[in-house]
Amino acid sequence: MVARGCGGVWRRLRQRCAVRPGSGPFPRGERAVACNARGGMMSAGKSGLTPWIPVVGLEIHAQISSNSKLFSGSQVQFAAPPNSLVSFFDASLPGTLPVLNRRCVEAAVMTGLALNCHINKKSLFDRKHYFYADLPAGYQITQQRVPIAVNGSLSYSLCIDNKMSQMVTKTVRIKQIQLEQDSGKSLHDDARSQTLVDLNRAGVGLMELVMEPDMCCGEEAAAAVRELQLILQTLGSSQAVMAEGQLRVDANVSVHHPGEPYGVRTEVKNINSIRFLAKAVDYEIQRQIEELGNGGTISNETRAFDSKLGCTVPMRDKEGKQDYRFMPEPNLPPLILYDAKSLPANMNHQQVINIDWIRERLPDLPSVKREKLVEQYGILPEHSFTLLNEDGLPEFFENVVKQTQMKPKKVIGWILNDLLSYLKQHSLTVKESPVSSFLLADLLNLLEKKEISSTAAKQVMAIKAGNQKVLNKLIGLVQKKTQGRSNPVLVKQLLEKKLSE
Amino acid sequence: MRVLSLGRWLRAGRVPPREPASRPSGHRHSGHRPQGPPQELPQGPSQKVSVEVLEHLEHLALVDFRDSEGVERLQKAIQFADQLHEVNTDGVEPMDSVLEDRCLYLREDDVTEGNCTKELLENARETVEEYFVAPPGNIPLVKLEGQKTFLQGSK
Repeated sequence: MVARGCGGVWRRLRQRCAVRPGSGPFPRGERAVACNARGGMMSAGKSGLTPWIPVVGLEIHAQISSNSKLFSGSQVQFAAPPNSLVSFFDASLPGTLPVLNRRCVEAAVMTGLALNCHINKKSLFDRKHYFYADLPAGYQITQQRVPIAVNGSLSYSLCIDNKMSQMVTKTVRIKQIQLEQDSGKSLHDDARSQTLVDLNRAGVGLMELVMEPDMCCGEEAAAAVRELQLILQTLGSSQAVMAEGQLRVDANVSVHHPGEPYGVRTEVKNINSIRFLAKAVDYEIQRQIEELGNGGTISNETRAFDSKLGCTVPMRDKEGKQDYRFMPEPNLPPLILYDAKSLPANMNHQQVINIDWIRERLPDLPSVKREKLVEQYGILPEHSFTLLNEDGLPEFFENVVKQTQMKPKKVIGWILNDLLSYLKQHSLTVKESPVSSFLLADLLNLLEKKEISSTAAKQVMAIKAGNQKVLNKLIGLVQKKTQGRSNPVLVKQLLEKKLSE
Repeated sequence: MRVLSLGRWLRAGRVPPREPASRPSGHRHSGHRPQGPPQELPQGPSQKVSVEVLEHLEHLALVDFRDSEGVERLQKAIQFADQLHEVNTDGVEPMDSVLEDRCLYLREDDVTEGNCTKELLENARETVEEYFVAPPGNIPLVKLEGQKTFLQGSK
């Protein structure tokens, strides 16, 4: 997808990353990333050469968490029988018209407010034309001219030098947020030279978030996306699970010498996790530096990230520069939003969206939650980051604190060092923890009263956590015996029942 | 005056009336008036559409201009639409929809449609296990057997 006018925007921007003297020559062949929280400069392969400044911008598509689609009443659901969640409008049958889903608009307004955007009280819908089998109408309804929200910012934090104790806050500007339709899914069957199309996803509401190219490396991009993910999940506007395609990130990467205009950018797609995002961006920066260092050029192309090989490759299917022939969507009047001042007197409430009403009901964002935890419990800021990074962990921590005499500052150590590491070792989520907050609080109370030793407490936790490991081992043995014919879920249930007897 | 009010005249396939000085004006419009007899397309700045543009259009819109008559028809259509330039729209805000004053209806987020796989697939020429079938890669311009498109031939 061609970013609208992105080339121009990139050139007009001031250099965002701090200029600092090169950190020394890199041995040839080493792909270590020089960029970190302190600055964006990376030295070239040999000493004495002009350093490179990488520039990274992200285009993010977040699937809106709603019951039905953006312009039709079909259900939104991951993994359903093919073409079962498709209405006549989604299939683009003649005579059908788009009808805007109120919930999707609210989700976009919430997200815009959380990201400090200006909400456009009047926004417009447009058609973006291109031909593809999973786009039955031949166009996508989007908001190209006047999107619903503009000019926001996202703050995120990074550890300097991999030390959690030194965190720095960075900001990336949000250019705009727009509502648009998702396309269907294409399954390529190269063997039979055909493409199978499932339209279940066609028409699902998306929020496209365009970030300005204020970042300089994979670490920053990953941290920004992680924070965005937490914000979206807190708001409930999107579940933002990358693995299920609810959060899709495309990275625009270029490099240039200080003082020179921005270089040609490439677009990197097919990034399926935050970890891969950092890898893909860093690889692409390195690739461009090496290419330019060898006297080559960078073409304005789209590349795909190959997670197995850890590199980016040119994408076959993109055919040159697209002309999307944008035109206003003739079937939709402008979207008008109101606030407390402009609220119309005699309009049906269901037909009115009040920005102020939504703003008042925004939940505490992650950054606010972290501050509150630090203030209330006296834990360190980096602890609050680790807490919020795990779904359900802040609540678990607070429950333990409520039930124990041990000081929160000591409790946090047990939560983050002992409990969390056990959970990670056994690949469990907080909700699946074999050690309940009640049990842990009990344990810590015994510790406080000096009735047990610290070592003993750790052992108890290990045993409890280990039970899960033993359980998994037993399930494995059953599978082996039955030669894979047993249902693992049922086996687990039966074993758990037996063990609790 | 909005650009769209010309629609009445354009739909009738006629040129908006020109006003010789003597006739009482029933329909005033500002802007320059081209000379020349009525009921005929104004010569205007005739833009010959280049082959490159035509090929680009064929590719974008997946149409085939097929022969010189098709290209000529396009040329005439562009000339016809160019009449819009006759209207002075300085300081007039563009209107992109006659719905601009209407209220955009907001639907409640309820599941009310879907579950009609069988009906939808009935329309498809080819299906595989409830999937629609499409050609591999992207949709190509339909080529008549052995024939090059008119434009390719005219190069």
